[in-house]
Amino acid sequence: MNGKEQLLKDINIVSFTLVDLALYLDTHPTDHMAMEYYNHYNRIRHQMMKEFSMKYYPLTLDYAESNQVWRWGQAPLPWEGACE
Amino acid sequence: MWNYEKRLQFPVNIKEPNAKLAQVIISQYGGPDGEMGASMRYLSQRYSMPYREVAGVLTDIGTEELAHLEMVATIVHQLTRNLSMEEIEKSGFDKYYVDHTIGVWPQAAGGVPFNACEFQVKGDIITDLTEDMAAEQKARSTYDNILRLIKDPDVCEPIKFLRAREIVHFQRFGEALRITQDKLNEKNFYAFNPGFDMCKDCDKK
Repeated sequence: MNGKEQLLKDINIVSFTLVDLALYLDTHPTDHMAMEYYNHYNRIRHQMMKEFSMKYYPLTLDYAESNQVWRWGQAPLPWEGACE
Repeated sequence: MWNYEKRLQFPVNIKEPNAKLAQVIISQYGGPDGEMGASMRYLSQRYSMPYREVAGVLTDIGTEELAHLEMVATIVHQLTRNLSMEEIEKSGFDKYYVDHTIGVWPQAAGGVPFNACEFQVKGDIITDLTEDMAAEQKARSTYDNILRLIKDPDVCEPIKFLRAREIVHFQRFGEALRITQDKLNEKNFYAFNPGFDMCKDCDKK
């Protein structure tokens, strides 16, 4: 697994953690431990999304700032799979 | 993967309920040229698009259509809040009310439920983009028709915004079609379907 694939895999793991934590917190809004987990992983996710965008391509429009060429449109599509 | 933003793309603050108008505007929720069909059309067409920038246009417009779907739902919701039983009966809203109370359910103004047959995924980039351009114009015409029925500025402003976005989307789809034709045989755009006849070879990886 190259650096790009590894980072994307890590983003997937952290992002799923956050999605699942958000669902839990929606019904347990005063669970401080869960909130600490959320805050911690949310910061990590933000850093990784920024790093991925700088090294490879933007994963969301929030990270799509560009200079010479608009980077969003040329990024690989998630359904391309091995056929990229 | 999608993320939700807890805000409307354009504000909707309707003070006066109007059940008659809600029954007309709901067509842009689940009707033949509504936002649900628009979003599902573009997001579903992406997989057979051979060019990344064109698939990107479909992703971004299909995503914006979901925001429009939420705006239309908000308009319907605010127009049907605090209705008296008398208003429900007098406005003809009783037929909707009996099945859905004042919940928002995807149907056309005439009561026909949302149906995937209202859009197509042909798997041919020229066919699909041409449908998309027509779809934007059909939605624009529907908003024009709705605007002729509205007097309340609280309803008028968000509908005018939605109408304007149809025109922008039409323009972008036209550009996507031109980008596509530039990549094809200029003497015969229909020589082959780049989404089918030119499938990339998976073996090389």
